[in-house]
Amino acid sequence: MTTVFTVRDLVLRFGDRAVLNGIDLEIPSGQVTAIIGPNGCGKSTLLRSLSRLGPAVEGEVLLENTPIAAIPHRVFARHVALLPQAPLAPEQLSVIDLVTRGRDPHRRWYDQWSRVDEDVVLDALDRTGLRERANHPLHTLSGGQRQRAWIALALAQRTPVLLLDEPTTYLDIAHQLDVLDTVRRLHREGVTVVMVLHDLSLAARYADHIIAMRDGRIAAAGTVESVITRDVVRQVFDVECTILADPETGRPVVVPHSSA
Amino acid sequence: MSSSPCSPPSECGTLDVLSGGTARASLLVGAASVVFVVCLTLGLTVGSRHFPPAEVWQALLGGADAEARAIVQDQRLPRTLIGIVGGAALAVAGVVIQGHTRNPLADPGLLGITAGSSLAVVVGIAVAGLTTPTGYLGAAFGGAALGTLVVVVIGLAASRRRDASPASLVLAGTAVSALLGAITGVILLLDSATLDLFRFWTVGSLSAGRGLDVFAAALVPLTVGGILACAHARALDVLALGDDLAAALGRRLLPTRLLGFAAVTLLVGGATVAIGALGFVGLVAPHLARRLVGVTHAMLLPASAMLGALLVVVADVIGRVIVHPAELPVGVVVAVIGAPALLVIIVRTRKASS
Amino acid sequence: MSSSTTLRIGPLSQQIHRRTVVVSALFLAGAVLLAGAGLALGDYTLSPGGVIAALRGEGSARDHLVVNVIRLPRVVLGVVAGVCLAVAGAIVQTTARNALASPDLLGVSAGAGAGAVAAIVLGGTNAAGAAALDVIGTPIAALIGGALAAALVGLLLGVTGTTGLSPLLAGVGVSALFGGLTSWMLTAASIDDAARANAWLAGSLGGRGWSEVAAVSVAAFAALAPLVVLSSRLPALELGPSIATSLGYRVVPSVAMLLLVAVVLTSVPVAAAGPIGFVALVAPHLARLACRTPRPPLVASGVAGAALLLASDLVARLALAPLLLPTGAVTAVIGAPFLIWLLVRSRKDLTQ
Repeated sequence: MTTVFTVRDLVLRFGDRAVLNGIDLEIPSGQVTAIIGPNGCGKSTLLRSLSRLGPAVEGEVLLENTPIAAIPHRVFARHVALLPQAPLAPEQLSVIDLVTRGRDPHRRWYDQWSRVDEDVVLDALDRTGLRERANHPLHTLSGGQRQRAWIALALAQRTPVLLLDEPTTYLDIAHQLDVLDTVRRLHREGVTVVMVLHDLSLAARYADHIIAMRDGRIAAAGTVESVITRDVVRQVFDVECTILADPETGRPVVVPHSSA
Repeated sequence: MSSSPCSPPSECGTLDVLSGGTARASLLVGAASVVFVVCLTLGLTVGSRHFPPAEVWQALLGGADAEARAIVQDQRLPRTLIGIVGGAALAVAGVVIQGHTRNPLADPGLLGITAGSSLAVVVGIAVAGLTTPTGYLGAAFGGAALGTLVVVVIGLAASRRRDASPASLVLAGTAVSALLGAITGVILLLDSATLDLFRFWTVGSLSAGRGLDVFAAALVPLTVGGILACAHARALDVLALGDDLAAALGRRLLPTRLLGFAAVTLLVGGATVAIGALGFVGLVAPHLARRLVGVTHAMLLPASAMLGALLVVVADVIGRVIVHPAELPVGVVVAVIGAPALLVIIVRTRKASS
Repeated sequence: MSSSTTLRIGPLSQQIHRRTVVVSALFLAGAVLLAGAGLALGDYTLSPGGVIAALRGEGSARDHLVVNVIRLPRVVLGVVAGVCLAVAGAIVQTTARNALASPDLLGVSAGAGAGAVAAIVLGGTNAAGAAALDVIGTPIAALIGGALAAALVGLLLGVTGTTGLSPLLAGVGVSALFGGLTSWMLTAASIDDAARANAWLAGSLGGRGWSEVAAVSVAAFAALAPLVVLSSRLPALELGPSIATSLGYRVVPSVAMLLLVAVVLTSVPVAAAGPIGFVALVAPHLARLACRTPRPPLVASGVAGAALLLASDLVARLALAPLLLPTGAVTAVIGAPFLIWLLVRSRKDLTQ
């Protein structure tokens, strides 16, 4: 199993508060990794650090053995795509205009719009099932469709790595499954996905590799079975729970009881 | 900030509450007298020719030399009195508007009400040939009433938005001021005689021929406006809690709004006739007063009035001294003081809410 | 894809938005017509043929005087100023993701005005110096003033943030500050300069010689040139800093450069024409609404700005003839109600 991201001794402060307190981890390539943890544990910050969006850090983050700070911006953008939390776009922007932006890392300012660009955009729309809605403005789409449009934007970047920051928050259950099924399809095509999720059971169902964080540190990291356990949930979330097995997938389902 | 000496109130006898109120009233009267004397002193002694207080006193009584008498009686006394009264009026008007719109940035100048008032006066002079202070007053009231109406309408429309913010009212006021200012400028262009004589209507000035007759004419509406403002002091306190809560507490909104409307019209109209379109006083004085005496309107209104008077007189004195022998209009000095003050207030308001 | 087509010429290919091209062409046609009207109409009216003859150097001496010496500089200045202000407005509105964030509302025009007045007042005592100052010194002083105002607003934006209407409050305060300083300088100066500066402060396209207009035009070209490269970043910046970074742009330098261009574009016309407000606000909105795009297209905004300013100037010259109104007054009468309308609309996509 190859590693796409290696993080060593990552410390990140906002003012005098250490949001990331010494992170050491490896993100496996070709798998779906979910980052879970309570509010304020630093999961979004960690994800954004992988995408070079955080403030200055101590420690290092390597993308396939190269420090990410040393990689030129556009080159990095062709390797890693990020979908941030609650992205805002002008509502009248059409889906295809949004997805077209994903080609920017591959184009210079004189703006050639080649057939390759066109094919990639159409392909991204197909893979997210939005081809028929290509010309619709974003605000006419449902929550799940809108999130898929943003994923299509990231897909048009044609990156081997996709980072998603809470892609299912604010979505109802049907749309959450909609988005995560799309993510799973992408993973089957070989994309490495790292996503921050709130829902433990969804993380267990869709991820191969889980990282649990608390207070800016890694509390547990590993396979779904090794991390989604009563002890880890108690340690990370201060919650007693029962772990059941999903009758269809066999993956763990977390049933919380009360605060520990 | 508690203004009652009794805590908890249930333990007070009636006499204690009364004496608390009486103590507060005498404190206010005392402070007002002190401020009045300070303003007079500043305004009468400082200037192109400095007079010691003794000589001023003599000049007022008819002694000292002729030049001193002329300067003190004919120039400095009227403008100082006008400045005191006009500054107090604008400050009180600011408090009232801030209370009704629940907008800490509401100021008759920023919201364009003074622009409307001065435009009305300019139109009255150029078109209807008004020449008497009473005539000016009538036009000014009309303009102020219209300006306040516009503010009310825009404020209502803006508050229906989901994301209503104090900024929208101020921005609308900026637009209104720009519009009315452009029209005023055009009219002044059309009639150059009006331009030369009445340029100060658009800036704010205590010079240029306003004598004690102006003061006397403006005094009545300004006093009435001040009384109306103080009359609904407690209503303003309740309004600060929101329209819904105010109604739930038994306040009828419409009479309160009308009272505020009348007060602002009289105060701003009278102040415009006296001083011209002066901005920022209605913003800065109430803010300073709030930091000194708190948000209860019974104290806030008089304190703002005093600070407003002080601000205008001090600004006038600065204007007289700083580019001697020329003279900066009061409006310019107040703007140069008031604009940074506005910025500071914006920063403080934002920091407090975030 | 119904709204964009790809234009392919040999090895080059470019994506264009059809409606934007059509609208821009229409605005351009309108601007040309208005320019022609500006040259032909007035207290001495020429026929279209007369105008063309005068422009070509034929025609009577009087025609030549009226068209080439008096009106043509005015029309050219109107075009240049309109384009600069509108493009500056489009840049700031897109970068700040705020439909009301216009450089004139943010105080840049007031700062530029203060700078220019300072140059007029300070340099006005020496007659020869006054001429030189008008041509070179005033634009530079206006630029410095505009940059100072922009820096002050930038500092305040650290506290207010760039979303919502709060940054415009900072603009109101900064405008008031520089406006007060301008009034200060005007009253402290001698009568001659004050009269000249006061007339200038109302905002007018008239009374400028070719040297001033040429200086402003050169500066405008110099400021617009970087946009050929920079404008490609605007669609990504429109999506927010996180997405723009993810797409490989360096957000802070891009935004800084774009805003610098916007400040220059706002300040330069102020040097020649005085502070003309509301064009930077209204023209991008007109362009955006006409093209039905989420963000004001730069070229369409520029052409709309030229048309708007030429139209305003025509009104200023003709409405109350023989009296000449300040062009700034006309734009205020058009723009202020527009701003109020923007404020009371309940579209929440207005300010993100």
